[in-house]
Amino acid sequence: MTLTFLFAWLILGGLLAWLAGRWNKEAPRWISLGFMIVHLIVSVRLWISFLTNKGLTLAQGEWFLMEKSPWIPQWGIQYFLAVDGLSILLIVLTSFLGLLAVACSWKGIQERVGFFFFNLLWILAGISGVFMALDLFLFYFFWEIMLIPLYFLIGIWGHSNRIYATIKFFIFTQASGLFMLISILALYFIHGSQTGHYTFDYVELLGTQVSPKIAFWLMLGFFLGFGVKLPAVPVHTWLPDAHTEAPTAGSVVLAGLVLKAGAYGFIRFLMPLFPQAGKEFAMVAMILGIIGIIYAAMVAFAQNDLKRLVAYTSVSHMGFVLLGVFAWNQLALQGAVMIILSHGLSTGALFILVGDIYDRLHTRDMDKLGGLWSVTPRLGGFGMVFALASLGLPGLANFVGEFLVLLGVYQVSVPIAALATLGFIASTIYSLWMIQKTFFGKNVNEWKMPDATPREISIYAALVVALLWLGLFPNTVLRTSRQALKNLQQITSQYFQGSKEATTNPSVEELNKSRSNYGGLE
Amino acid sequence: MYDLLWLVPTFPFLGFLILAIFGKKIGKKLSAVVGVGSIGLSALITILIGIQFLTNPPEGHAFVQTLWTWIAADDFKVNIAFHLDALSMVFAFVVTFVGFWIHLYSTEYMADDEGFSRFFAYMNLFVGAMLMLVMGDNLLLLYLGWEGVGLCSYLLIGFWYRDPANGYAARKAFIVTRVGDAAMAVGLFMLFYSFKSLNIQEILSVAPHVWSPGNKLAVASTLLLLGGAVGKSAQLPLQVWLPDAMAGPTPTSALIHAATMVTAGVYLIARMNGIYLLAPLSMTAVAIVGAATLLVAGFAGMAQTDIKRVLAYSTVSQIGYMFLALGVGAWSAGVFHFMIHAFFKALLFLAAGAIILAQHHEQNMFKMGGLAKALPVTFWTFLIGSASLAALPLITAGFYSKDAIIWYAWSGPNGSIYLWMAAVFGAMVTAFYTFRMVFVTFFGEQKMEISHYPTWRVHIPLIALAFFALFGGFIELPGTLGHLTLFSDFMKSALPVVEGGHHEVSLEIFSQVLTAVLALVSIFVAYYLYLKNMQIVTNFTSTKFGHGLQQFLLSGLGFDWLYERLFIRPYVWLSRTNKRDFIDFFYVFLPWLARQFHYLFKYTQTGKVRRYVVGIVFGVLVSITIVVIL
Repeated sequence: MTLTFLFAWLILGGLLAWLAGRWNKEAPRWISLGFMIVHLIVSVRLWISFLTNKGLTLAQGEWFLMEKSPWIPQWGIQYFLAVDGLSILLIVLTSFLGLLAVACSWKGIQERVGFFFFNLLWILAGISGVFMALDLFLFYFFWEIMLIPLYFLIGIWGHSNRIYATIKFFIFTQASGLFMLISILALYFIHGSQTGHYTFDYVELLGTQVSPKIAFWLMLGFFLGFGVKLPAVPVHTWLPDAHTEAPTAGSVVLAGLVLKAGAYGFIRFLMPLFPQAGKEFAMVAMILGIIGIIYAAMVAFAQNDLKRLVAYTSVSHMGFVLLGVFAWNQLALQGAVMIILSHGLSTGALFILVGDIYDRLHTRDMDKLGGLWSVTPRLGGFGMVFALASLGLPGLANFVGEFLVLLGVYQVSVPIAALATLGFIASTIYSLWMIQKTFFGKNVNEWKMPDATPREISIYAALVVALLWLGLFPNTVLRTSRQALKNLQQITSQYFQGSKEATTNPSVEELNKSRSNYGGLE
Repeated sequence: MYDLLWLVPTFPFLGFLILAIFGKKIGKKLSAVVGVGSIGLSALITILIGIQFLTNPPEGHAFVQTLWTWIAADDFKVNIAFHLDALSMVFAFVVTFVGFWIHLYSTEYMADDEGFSRFFAYMNLFVGAMLMLVMGDNLLLLYLGWEGVGLCSYLLIGFWYRDPANGYAARKAFIVTRVGDAAMAVGLFMLFYSFKSLNIQEILSVAPHVWSPGNKLAVASTLLLLGGAVGKSAQLPLQVWLPDAMAGPTPTSALIHAATMVTAGVYLIARMNGIYLLAPLSMTAVAIVGAATLLVAGFAGMAQTDIKRVLAYSTVSQIGYMFLALGVGAWSAGVFHFMIHAFFKALLFLAAGAIILAQHHEQNMFKMGGLAKALPVTFWTFLIGSASLAALPLITAGFYSKDAIIWYAWSGPNGSIYLWMAAVFGAMVTAFYTFRMVFVTFFGEQKMEISHYPTWRVHIPLIALAFFALFGGFIELPGTLGHLTLFSDFMKSALPVVEGGHHEVSLEIFSQVLTAVLALVSIFVAYYLYLKNMQIVTNFTSTKFGHGLQQFLLSGLGFDWLYERLFIRPYVWLSRTNKRDFIDFFYVFLPWLARQFHYLFKYTQTGKVRRYVVGIVFGVLVSITIVVIL
């Protein structure tokens, strides 16, 4: 029942917060906080039991926890939730960022508080569902659930141009979701007509024989659905607008979790369902990834709206995920999962920071900011750490992910890895520029504002600790996702075997021989 | 004692954490105690370990301490582990020992600064990161320290953040070095796939079995590592950031130039000597980069007016000597010069800081003068440092360390007469600009009153470093002058000994005498031009050619000018032009198009039945026509 609990609990919490909000402003906050804390405890306990029980050695086709019962049996739709290491990591991330999203909306949201927290918790419920659902129909259902509350969240509590942004966001994600739905249905019918057994069950659909040509188109449908969410260049332009207009919690959830649903979709669904088509398409996808890394980093550098800058950095970082997924080897995948987590933390942190500055000064225009370090050294110090995480400083989380991805990509294509490394430079440029324009320089406009409050400090401190922990002790996470990723790779092994030998490795035998001669450090 | 190795970098990091979190609360006095104390403890442990290393070396002359597994994914595995051998021992000693004096000095230099505890936090982090760099047992941990020192240089150069110019210099340092780091990262990928490991000792021991000399991968990976090295060590073509790094507080410069950061490249190449030996092309590249840099920076140094910029260019030039030594295969000579250079360069910067403090924060040395009498301790120690930098024969440590390099540039396994000529010419230039600085600053008439008299916290570091700058050279004497090889014997376990080349004693004496004479002549020229008869220089620079040359040298031979046009402006222009993200225009175009159709069809909705009838009839006709035709 844990899995059902993980999303139903938030559905319940959202409803309660809404009801409570009818007679009290304070109540929804405390209710949401309480519900998120319980959610975090449950998900962390799930993770711990995963690490201590047999979770690390699950074979292919096994799940750590699974809940399965018929839902609409006539159409072969099941209520099918299951988790492995990959899902568990993402669920923990959801609880953690969800908790922070509640905490960072504490003061900023003063209108329709109940309905706000209702939406926030329902988004989180939808996301939790997405990370667990293994029935494609159910998956699509959750996919849409997280969308609509987010639409309200931006549309009601957003900034001045919010209507434009919400409509854009909605059309982009909805339209791309429809392409995915078509692919899902096509797969459903192809599988049904071949076996006579019509089902949306992911595990059963895995081995479906689809002719390569059709498989390619179906894969493209999924690619659009997930690629828009990720977002991949050139379908990314909804993101900066949505972020710029969203309230802080909306941005945190959007960057930290909703985008990750896209990344998760690539790993869990696209590649395993269409390995051959995925492999054919890999080069194109990786090139899109590189373009995303460099292009978005350049656009980010040009922005003077602080939040828009951070939004573009998201696009840039997600380019690394795209690279990692389509390189589809163990190193790159582990790296991609690390980036998913670390980017959620670092970018979420930057959005919270930007939100706090905006709440104080009511501007995000970097041409008007500057010199804030002398006014608020604590905010400055935290901002520095988050910017450094974002530029991939070793010792902080993002570096581990980016390094592993590049290492994995190098196996597949040296030029792509080398080009992607340029992203290191580009990210340095925008990160330092952001710090310069915000915290350094003269305080020309003589901004005065209070430094971080205890509530804010605890949010930031939690994020810094998490970033350091992932940067210095990433092995807990890497171990958690290892077997799950290996199993996914095994599904596709038939098409991806050759990639390892492609590297120019001067005779492995000789290497082993000389190593045994040396005999010391093995 | 060896088991305490992990404490060496831990103390500085701990100091950083305490100062970063509680710095504001605990006040200046306690901040100073934490900041200096952490480095002091670290230095103490390093020295104790060093003593044990000398008297009772560990098995195989190396000690490895593994703390925990850092990253393990697939067949990739790196540890947080420290490796101590003769090479890292020397570097760790210099980093902590020189670092300690700089920290002590800073307590006075920064006494009135509002960011006192922040300063010490950054400095501690700097030392900690550098220790990770030199002690890491694998290339990824080295890379962590590598990026860490880059970060700290950024933080410290931009320490006085209110002035945007400082911020610019700081960003320049970080971004330029990151360009090198990106190359180095690719080099790491290459090494990993060649050896399935990033452990340094493993790579070095396996490499000769896997790569034959001149192997393409060996050349490519060493060149990429060289890319990282020229970034951090401010060598051509990435030397541009170092002169601007003067924007930071002076003790920072001492730390960057002497103990940390810029020597990282020297360490990297010396550390990876085994794979460089397999790539003769890369060795040559290292030597040429070194020779070219030492000349370019030396020329630039001759025209500077800012006392700190003179020293900055001298660092670039001296690191060039170290690269030259590494490139020709004189490994331990390069490391020896690194150590001696650390002593005298730290000394020079600290003394320069004392001068600047005494002269109302003026840095233009032509506005100073006659300080010899007013600041005797500073003068004498500065003179010792300068003598060492100019390689004054026989009595200074710099002479012995530089002399070895100059000789090996010719006689070393990879040496050539051209490299030797560059090195000798560079020595002449060095002596000239060094003593130009001494004469202009300390002699002549005093132009400004003294605004601050240094106390013991400045004097003790100066005297301590002066002692080493003078006598540190006597542990390694050339064959022609006593033949003492304490240092190179010590390094033997970690670095290859110089082999091959030619060893005619007469040639070596010729080289030494020539260098010594040229240095003395240069000093005399500097004396004549800048003390005795300044008119010559002013006359020269007032001619068109003279002025142009002066400006050209002053700007560091126009590299900034070039890079500005080649990289910065295009990047900024391209980004700014595309601020609106042109891809979005397509998506804006779609609703616009839809709206146009909306307007178009709106006109058909007139409410007049006649028009509708015409429309229907017309439609029917068209339909029938289509059916008939098909």
